[in-house]
Formats: sequence, C-alpha cells, structure tokens
Amino acid sequence: MATITSRHVAAAPARRRGGTLERWVDRNLPWLLPAPAVATMLLLMVFPLLYTAYLSLHDWYASSVLGPRFVGVENYVQLFARDERFWPAFRTTLIFTLGSVALTVALGLGIAHLLLRAFPGRGLARTLVLLPMIATPVAMALVWMTMMSPTIGVLNWLLSCVGIPPSAWVSSPKSVIAALLLVETWMWTPMTTLICLAGLAALPDEPFESARVDGASSRQIFWHVTLPLLRATLVVAALFRTIDALKVFDIVYVMTEGGPGFASETLNLYVFQTSFKYLNLGYASALIVVFFTLIAAASALLIRVRRAAW
Amino acid sequence: MSAVRLARRLGFWLLLLASLAFLLFPLVWMALGSFKTQVDFMAYPPKWRFTPTLANYEKVLGGSDFLRFMLNSMIIAAGSTLLSLLVGTPAAYGIARYRQARLGMLLLSARMAPGIAFLIPWFILFSKLRMIDTYPAVMLTHMVVVLPLVIWVLVGFFEEVPAELEEAALIDGCTRLGVLARIALPLARPGLVATAILGIISSWNNFIFSLVIAGNSTRTLPVAIFNFVSYDSLNWGGLTAASTIITLPVLIMAFFVQKHIVRGLTLGAVKG
Repeated sequence: MATITSRHVAAAPARRRGGTLERWVDRNLPWLLPAPAVATMLLLMVFPLLYTAYLSLHDWYASSVLGPRFVGVENYVQLFARDERFWPAFRTTLIFTLGSVALTVALGLGIAHLLLRAFPGRGLARTLVLLPMIATPVAMALVWMTMMSPTIGVLNWLLSCVGIPPSAWVSSPKSVIAALLLVETWMWTPMTTLICLAGLAALPDEPFESARVDGASSRQIFWHVTLPLLRATLVVAALFRTIDALKVFDIVYVMTEGGPGFASETLNLYVFQTSFKYLNLGYASALIVVFFTLIAAASALLIRVRRAAW
Repeated sequence: MSAVRLARRLGFWLLLLASLAFLLFPLVWMALGSFKTQVDFMAYPPKWRFTPTLANYEKVLGGSDFLRFMLNSMIIAAGSTLLSLLVGTPAAYGIARYRQARLGMLLLSARMAPGIAFLIPWFILFSKLRMIDTYPAVMLTHMVVVLPLVIWVLVGFFEEVPAELEEAALIDGCTRLGVLARIALPLARPGLVATAILGIISSWNNFIFSLVIAGNSTRTLPVAIFNFVSYDSLNWGGLTAASTIITLPVLIMAFFVQKHIVRGLTLGAVKG
C-alpha cells in the first residue's frame, strides 16, 4: 500500500487538474474518508458511554421530577457490598458463559470436522447448519418455549421415547440454566462451526500427509496434528463466544425474564430491569460501567491474542 | 470394503444426521406447527400427521397490526443499512487503502460493547428530543450494530479490488476520490449488495434497541411477536406462523450471503 501512496504523491503535481478545494480534499483524504463514520460512532457510542459513566455517580430515577443528585461512588459501594442481586447475576453470567463457550466450541469443532469431508450434499449441509444463527432470535426463543412445555412439549415427548423422565426445562430453577444453554448452543454452534471450517480449510496438507505416512490413526491425527494446528482458530472462536455469551439477552429475556425467581438473571438482564423496569437510571449506570469493564477485559484479551491477524 | 471402513462410514453419516437433526429440528417444528390447528398442536404425544390448515397465517396476516409491524421492520432495516452504507463506504475504503489499524480497533470495540451500555443515554436524549418511537431514532440505534458490520465486510471487498487498476488511474491524473467513485465502487458492487443484505439481517433481528426506543407506531416484528405472546400465550399456531413469517425472509437472504457471514460476525478476524 505504501508504494501506491508515494507514487500517487509523486505523480500527482504534474498532471493533477481541478481547483484548490479538490486538491485539499485529495490531500486530506486519509482522515476525511472515515470522518463521517467516526463522527457517527462518537455520537452513538462514545458520548453515551461517557454520559453513563457520569450518571453512575448520581442518584436518579427516571420517574422522579427532580434531576440527578450527585452521590459520588455510593452506587458502586452498594453494588459490590450490599446488592443482593448483583453477585448472583454475576455468577449466573459466568456459569452461562463457561457452559456456552465449552458447548458451542466443542460441537462446532465436531460438526466442522464432519463437514470438511467430501460427501454428496455437502454444500447443502453447509448451508443448512447456518440457519439457527440467522433465524430471528426472539422468534426462535418463542418456538423453543413451545417445545419446552413441561406438560405437552415435544422435548419431553422425545425424552420419554428414550426412557428419560420429563424435565421442567425453564420452569424450574434447577433446570433453567441448562435449558437456556441448550437454546444458546443450538443458536450459536453454527458460528463456531463456520469459524472452525475456515480454520480447518486453511491448514497446510503436509503435516497430515506425513502423519498418515507414519501410520497414525485418524484419532491420533485429530489429537496430535489437527488440534495443535487449529489452536489459534479455537482461541478466536472461544473468545468471540465468550464476549457474546457474557452479553446474552434476547433468549433469556424472552424465555424466562430472569426467572423463575432470579434463577436465570444474567448481568445484562439485571441491568435492563434496573434501567427500564425500575427506572433506577443512576444505579443502572453504575451496573453498566461494571458490566462494560468486564466485557472490555474479555475483549482486550481477544485483541491481544489475535493482534497478529489484524 | 472392509467391515471397519463400513462401520466408520456408517458412524460418519449417523453423526452428520444427528447434527443436522439437532440444528434443524426447531425450524422444522416451527414450520410444521404453523400449519396445525390449536387442537392438533396441543395433542400429546405430538402429532406428526395432521390435516394442514392456513388459518394461522390468515389470522396473523389479517387480524392484527402484523403487516404494519412488518413494514416498520422493513423501513428500519432499509434505513439503518442505507445510512450505514453511506457513512461506512468511504471509511471502509480508507481502512482498506491506508491501513488504518486504529479505526479497525474502534470498530472492534463497537462489536464487543454491550448494546445496553448505550441505551440509557439514548433513552434520555430521544425522550428530551421527543424522538422516542420515531423512525430516525430507531434507525440510528440500529446503526450501532449495522455500521461496524458494514464497514468491516466492505473492507474485505475493497481489498480485493486490484491495486494496479487504481494505480493506473492515479497516474493518469485521477484523484483518489475519483478512483473510489469510478473504479473501486463499480468493482465492489457485488460486495455492496452482499454487505447490504448482512446489514438488513442484523437490523431485522435486533430486539433490545427496538424494545426500548420503538413504541407503538414504529414497533418492529421481534418486539411485536414478544408482545403477542404476553397476551395470547397459548395460541401456538399463531405464534409459530408469525415466527415463520418473521424468520423466512432472513433465512432466504442468508442463502445469498453465506460466504460472507463469518467475516461479518467476527469483523474480519476469520476470513470465511
């Protein structure tokens, strides 16, 4: 790229026509081109974040006639020391995220491995596995709700076919996280499958050939050749899944609204309820700052691990 | 063929079919259910053979405000995607040509940040401006997910435009902006279409922003179907018919852009 730019600068003065404005634009293009996008993002994202940080030091209900009252770090003190919902939500989020990452990455790797082979109908199969992650999440969460009905749901019928006792799915605090993880895994395994497929397709042939020449079995090849070579891909898949699972909202809000009780309340849910159900905007802002920091830390890790690729 | 190879091949097909069954079952269940009467849907054990009915679709499309909400979804998806393309295309070209890594990082942070982090200030701001429940407000909020996606997918397409062509035009006295308009954009046109489709899908599927910023007159389909369930929770036929109508357009669109979906979702971290 550098060579093009320098040549462009060298060639420009001789032939360039047009007014001074046009030349000024051309010279300043490197920052003019992204300016509208950057301005949009500053307006829509950076400014709101700064305002949220400011609001997190205030006590303010949206329903109140009074404006925000400055309380310093009081919101944060309450959050960490006295909030009875924060730590359970934090714990639920972590459990959900760990489960989601483990399940989607393991399944995605397995399915990608299957789809790597040549077989009749592979193209169609590769298209079909995409569908769960493209389908509208809210609609699919509702469809899963009908499948999970404790009395007449098709999932309990399937369980009964193989002799497993029925589950209460999302209606019991004991099984709600597992049930939500099932939906999450269904929805996002396509993403890890695609990432793993891209990674597998990019692997060099030689290590596999020499392993085969040395008489390694396919299982040995998978554990000792494929997996080590695929490590970078798996890390990317795991980290993207981590960030998305930490933010889980749609399926939980639609299927359980954090219940029964608070059994499936994740951080994103708790923040949402504090903001738009209780309208406790000052306190919610403090929650958001903490939540945001958690995700930023996970993202920083991702960027550090993958810096080479960008 | 040895017995071992036969067993292995059988195992492969079993695993493949099991994976596909897991991933496709809810979609098949949804499509089947949308043609069932209430009685058939509530039958236990579930009925696999039944007389299909179109009554659910007729009810959903005819009875309520469903078509209005669908129009809202279309307007908001089209609007937020067009706006994103408008401001995102020059940025994508800049990133592709000048290797602006820091901008890439800004986009990446947008992909990582939780949407809820922006909602309170938007809610306050749009309330003050009396813009809650207006198309521009909902479109702007949807841009938070659409814009980074659009930019990053377009970067990939601009990188595929041969540098020699642009170089030749520059030597002939074309300005950089002229190169973008006359060479890069026409060559990247298929990419622009694919990008637009990805943008539309992500706006169409968005829930949390519409839930807060859209009201009765701009309500989008995901919020509408969520509300539908709260007052008619046992009408599974209607629910699955509505879900099918909402989901089908994005599934069809996905067929045309499947190659670019990973790139869009991971902002170029994975080249699909």
